[in-house]
Amino acid sequence: MAGHNSGADTYYVPEQSKLALALATSVAVLILGASIGLNGRTFGESSSWVLMYVGLLAFVVTLAVWFSQTIKENRAGMNSEQLKHSYVLGMQWFIFSEVMFFACFFGVLFYVRNLAGPWLAGEGDKAVTNLLWDGFQYNWPMSTTPQEAVGGVASQVPANTGTFEGPKQEMKWSGIPLINTILLLTSSVTLHFAHVALKNGKRRPFNMWLAVTLILGFTFVAFQAYEYYEAYNHLGLTLDAGIYGSTFFILTGFHGFHVCMGAIMLSVQWLRSTVGGHFSETDQFGFEASSWYWHFVDVVWVGLFLFVYIL
Amino acid sequence: MGEHHGPATGMTRWLFTTNHKDIGTLYLWFSFAMFIIGGAFAMVIRAELFQPGMQMVSPAFFNQMTTLHGLVMVFGAIMPSFVGLANWLIPMMIGAPDMALPRMNNLSFWLLPFAFTVLLSSLFMEGGAPNFGWTFYAPLSTTYAPPSVTFFIFGVHIMGASSIMGSINIIATVMNMRAPGMTYMKMPLFVWTWLITAFLLVAVMPVLAGAVTMMLMDIHFGTSFFNAAGGGDPVLFQHVFWFFGHPEVYIIILPAFGVVSQIIPAFSRKPLFGYDSMVYATASIAFLSFIVWAHHMYTVGMPIAGELFFMYATMLIAVPTGVKVFNWITTMFKGSISFETPMLFCIAFVFLFTIGGFSGLMLAIAPADTQYHDSYFVVAHFHYVMVAGAVFSMSAAVYYWLPKWCGRMYDETMGKIHFWVAFIGFNITFFPQHFVGLAGMPRRIPDYSLQFADFNMISSVGAFIYGGAQILFLYNVIRTIVAGKKVDDPKVWDGAEGLEWTLPTPAPYHTFTTPPQVK
Repeated sequence: MAGHNSGADTYYVPEQSKLALALATSVAVLILGASIGLNGRTFGESSSWVLMYVGLLAFVVTLAVWFSQTIKENRAGMNSEQLKHSYVLGMQWFIFSEVMFFACFFGVLFYVRNLAGPWLAGEGDKAVTNLLWDGFQYNWPMSTTPQEAVGGVASQVPANTGTFEGPKQEMKWSGIPLINTILLLTSSVTLHFAHVALKNGKRRPFNMWLAVTLILGFTFVAFQAYEYYEAYNHLGLTLDAGIYGSTFFILTGFHGFHVCMGAIMLSVQWLRSTVGGHFSETDQFGFEASSWYWHFVDVVWVGLFLFVYIL
Repeated sequence: MGEHHGPATGMTRWLFTTNHKDIGTLYLWFSFAMFIIGGAFAMVIRAELFQPGMQMVSPAFFNQMTTLHGLVMVFGAIMPSFVGLANWLIPMMIGAPDMALPRMNNLSFWLLPFAFTVLLSSLFMEGGAPNFGWTFYAPLSTTYAPPSVTFFIFGVHIMGASSIMGSINIIATVMNMRAPGMTYMKMPLFVWTWLITAFLLVAVMPVLAGAVTMMLMDIHFGTSFFNAAGGGDPVLFQHVFWFFGHPEVYIIILPAFGVVSQIIPAFSRKPLFGYDSMVYATASIAFLSFIVWAHHMYTVGMPIAGELFFMYATMLIAVPTGVKVFNWITTMFKGSISFETPMLFCIAFVFLFTIGGFSGLMLAIAPADTQYHDSYFVVAHFHYVMVAGAVFSMSAAVYYWLPKWCGRMYDETMGKIHFWVAFIGFNITFFPQHFVGLAGMPRRIPDYSLQFADFNMISSVGAFIYGGAQILFLYNVIRTIVAGKKVDDPKVWDGAEGLEWTLPTPAPYHTFTTPPQVK
């Protein structure tokens, strides 16, 4: 306790902290609020999102306090090399868990495109599925859902609910997605320049390259928002547009969310450097962790661009 | 250094703690509370099944009981109990002052009570608690689910977050906090099995999060992942779920292997036979666990090539598992064995787990599984590995390390009574379920044909005996903590090896603030 001692020669075990319980509580409020809100919306009870916003606010504030405290500890020299390595490992394995999260949705996409889709259309080993969806032809992007193929909800197997109308048009890879690919790939390069500058102790180029990265990142997000607007308003590509819409939005949606997270993380690092004067040639973990995250998000995008848009 | 501050006083010690021992204790008590609640659900199930016909509860409520029993036991009782053990033991076993990330450690714990409060509160919601089985297959869990499914989904999300953070912490601790000289191949096997388990958790918990997220989207946002009308596939849910679910069962059993590999050598007074092969066998099991998931789905309709692949891959797991069982037995061979309570539980573990393993091999055979699928044979099989495997090893662990934790020795006679009541009760409960299962009794039903009546009655009697054994267990633990005979020998057991036995008994609040040198 009391860190055993405050020097950096032994492992720093922090004193008791209210942060964890506060964070857990706010997460609990957040999920309760989200459940109540969603259930109200879907099942037509009284709907209120107040609790969710309260939880979200508490979550964000607690997280901010938590991070600022760890930053203060590090700047006070309480962190030994060993503890710093613990943070490194923590971030690396967190990114690995994120890799698996996206792997799940890519797996879904591959399964639907290579197995379930053709089976529904009467091809391959489990073609018998087609008995329920007579007349369904498989193609990707799936513009006609099995439901439409049999003539709408009224004439389908009675068990299923919901209306699924395929998109009028697929999302082309050559427009916004290509621009976004270039933006994001470029941002990885500029971020690397920033990293090199920081390692060489050049603060101004570091700030500049990081700012460029951020501009590229936020532009990406803006373009993607525009792409979603197009999808909904002109292409008929929506969440209820069958499995093409489902996979499209879950993959690009979670990716977009991760880009936002990464951009927020990098913005914090930028503020820390420009306003707070944090980071040195050797002590820059906050920045490095954020940059690993950014590169990871970039790699996921390459997978998305290939498998969601082009192929 | 050398100055040891004690714990904070009052409630804040437990609420705000960053100490690995405190957090371990919290985990252990939480998991025991869940074990009792999940056990109560099991008692409702067995009371209903005591006789054919509808006895006590409605079929709808029966479904909620089977669902919550499974969820609470897997995610609330067994998994957190081993995390508690990891918290207590890993730092002491590798010579570390604490877990690598102590505040996050506290967060991982505190998410769980909230998650389970949310989950259990669904019992009181309109439409009732989740009723779709602990495997929550779509469309039961989407199209036909009660509204409480939304709470369930978010509950699973934060349980998953808790598991991922806990695992990252364990990985960071093992990789970064080992004392000088503690090389990987010198680590106690419990540490090894937990390292591999933590890896499995980080790999598959996000996939579970993906599965429940897709459910959420299907229910609330009009997507059609698991709905063929929109081009999705309900079977897809099963693939995603079992890609998580199969490694999950090894997540539960690998730390149990670790516990047994610590205790059997101690009471055989011999080093573990084949340490290296134990490590490689654990790693092989972990690897294979990723490529066998569809053996849970033989009857769902898969291409024949898929069935064959998953059948052969599954049967391969018998090889490393056989290595382990062989090593445990060989460790005991020609040892000077004594039969204290932890050892009894471990020997029962080896014996009963092997039975569970063999019935698993039977189920692995695709053509045979067409007959066994969704029958009570499956229920018997996984309770032999979950209860006689995980829970027995957990009981062994508590008796083995409790003297080190609290400096008091449990009453050996009471321990042995607990063991025999549990052992007999367990076998009376689950052994007959093999027979009714093979005779065709399906699982997850509140009523059954008359020809299954006798075995079900036996099974229910056994279940209440086994349930009673847990009350004994609780009594033994509390009694030990409050009034057990004091012990102060660092090496509580003469055959015990490892760094934790070099520490004073009871273990001080802070240990290894200066790392020991391991030769």
